[in-house]
Amino acid sequence: MNIHEYQAKEVLKKYNIEVPKGVVIFSPDEAEKAAWKIESSVAVVKAQIHAGGRGKAGGIKVAESISEVVSYANELFGKKLFTHQTGPQGKEIKRLLIEESCNIKKEYYIGFTLDRRTSRIVFVASEEGGTDIEEVAKKTPEKIFTEIIDPLVGLTSFQARRIAFNINIPNGLIDKFVELSLNLYNCYSQNDCILAEINPLAITKDNRMMALDAKLSFDENGIYRQSEIQYYRDLDEEDEKEIEASKYNLSYIALDGNIGCMVNGAGLAMATMDIIKHYGGEPANFLDVGGSATEDNVKSAFKIILSDKNIKGIFVNIFGGIMKCDVIAKGIIEAAKEVKVKVPIVIRLEGTNVLKGKEMLKKSGLNFIVADSMTDGAKKIVELVE
Amino acid sequence: MGIWIDRNTKVIVQGITGSTARFHTRAMLVYGTKIVGGITPGKGGTVVEGIPVFDTVKEAIEETGATASIIYVPAPWAADAILEGVEAGLEIIICITEHIPVYDMIKVKRYMEESKTRLIGPNCPGIIVPGESKIGIMPGYIHKKGNVGIVSRSGTLTYEAVNQLTKKEIGQSAAIGIGGDPINGTDFIDVFKAFNEDEDTNAIVMIGEIGGTAEEEAALWIKENMSKPIVGFISGKTAPKGKRMGHAGAIISGSKGTAQEKIKIMRECGIRMVDTPDMIGETLIKVLG
Repeated sequence: MNIHEYQAKEVLKKYNIEVPKGVVIFSPDEAEKAAWKIESSVAVVKAQIHAGGRGKAGGIKVAESISEVVSYANELFGKKLFTHQTGPQGKEIKRLLIEESCNIKKEYYIGFTLDRRTSRIVFVASEEGGTDIEEVAKKTPEKIFTEIIDPLVGLTSFQARRIAFNINIPNGLIDKFVELSLNLYNCYSQNDCILAEINPLAITKDNRMMALDAKLSFDENGIYRQSEIQYYRDLDEEDEKEIEASKYNLSYIALDGNIGCMVNGAGLAMATMDIIKHYGGEPANFLDVGGSATEDNVKSAFKIILSDKNIKGIFVNIFGGIMKCDVIAKGIIEAAKEVKVKVPIVIRLEGTNVLKGKEMLKKSGLNFIVADSMTDGAKKIVELVE
Repeated sequence: MGIWIDRNTKVIVQGITGSTARFHTRAMLVYGTKIVGGITPGKGGTVVEGIPVFDTVKEAIEETGATASIIYVPAPWAADAILEGVEAGLEIIICITEHIPVYDMIKVKRYMEESKTRLIGPNCPGIIVPGESKIGIMPGYIHKKGNVGIVSRSGTLTYEAVNQLTKKEIGQSAAIGIGGDPINGTDFIDVFKAFNEDEDTNAIVMIGEIGGTAEEEAALWIKENMSKPIVGFISGKTAPKGKRMGHAGAIISGSKGTAQEKIKIMRECGIRMVDTPDMIGETLIKVLG
């Protein structure tokens, strides 16, 4: 789960990490008051969306007067931002952060994330702050420093100090950096984070150390025990269909194509998207109904797929191992009757009671196309949609 | 015979009183798995599906001599269930539970560094040695005893592969699901080492997916250490960046973990890659000659 920058900064403040003075607003009317509140001659107006690359996309403005803050607020609210992380549909700006501007001496990058190779949390830092860290890692890997953390003792001061020396934190500020790093590590480990990033971490001309931008992402599997973080969830930033699907324990991801997919198992669901593409079609979604889906699950899955207006056909690909094919067939028939599907449905069933399931589909009187294999099904649905 | 388990392996079921656990306990018993006990704290002394229930793993081991366990405990308590099994000295633990928080698994992995216990999973279908024992949730009847080893990050794709092989009269030495989470107990390389040393395994099917670099590391290991033929498949070629595709571990972050990258490296390391899963069976026949 992702949260907004201003929310991440609220969390960091609780961990004694300094952030610029800022006020979040939800409409342009609040802009003037917010600008007065931050008591700064120069203000930064920052679009709050769950995507990176806001600066380049025109979502961050520097205002030199109160009236400029107001005019930028008027300009940005309701505007759609298109960045490399928003997708082609873009993201509408509904919240702005009005922040004091700081006199920056130097910018750094620091972050904590999971290192899958060692199954440990890793501390990553660089002297090249304020830019895309992926790019830095690609072009100048020697400028990236890491420390692998033993969960038994957590981040140690000597590790944080080693990072400080490596990224050339000025001598008088090393203790401050160590303290800030330990605080950020605590924030990560106590909140079920999967990413805690400050970029840039700035040293100001008056030698303060501040998080100018921050990103926190949380492990969906740990959210249940993070009541304060749950409160930050912004449903406006999430796909409606994905929210609806999660209510039925379905795992759904919207994509840009026109062939809806309904599959059991995440691996098979991905492979189904791939095979559609392989034969020249475009999948409209990833949908895993799970290993023990009921008739009701299958029905809701159908409804969610069909709520996507681009759908021109549906490919159902089920390997019934624990789930029996006749039960699945029954769910599909009921669902198709209830939601009155008008697009072609290709169904490939395999596994327990497959013959019984196929027989039921044929006898249903509904216009299903039964496929003999994944390849056969993919070819058929691609043809029908064209 | 078999990888890690055989018909004599005594198994306990952690969380046996839950409905999913009961269902699969019955299925495992039907397959012939030697289930000797179950654990549900507070329900010790009762009997479920004809199996005695204990309060603690330690007690169950003392009473039954079990060396293996399968875990169905819900996610918030699953990591603790693994730790209990490790502390009690089990040889192998299969964790079926999905949605265990990453931070819990970081601690579990650290705790296990000093133990001899093997963990398979979490978020996996388990392990089956056809004709010997099934410790997992896979449908037993699709398997057939034979000489192809299968290792996979995905459940249904494994069944897909097994089913194709069985239909073509090709049996399996073992099928092992290592799970779809970013942190798992047993990785591809552990399984390949076992298949390499196993006299009953002549060829291997490897099924991976996007996210992490486990497939790439395994491919490089294979290049150096294995001569048995391997057929490989990777799912998630069309997955968008930054979206978690059902499995917690199936996410492309940054430039790493894409299907294209994995396929390229696996191919370079001598693995016969197939474009679609229904090519696995026939490609394996070709490879076997």
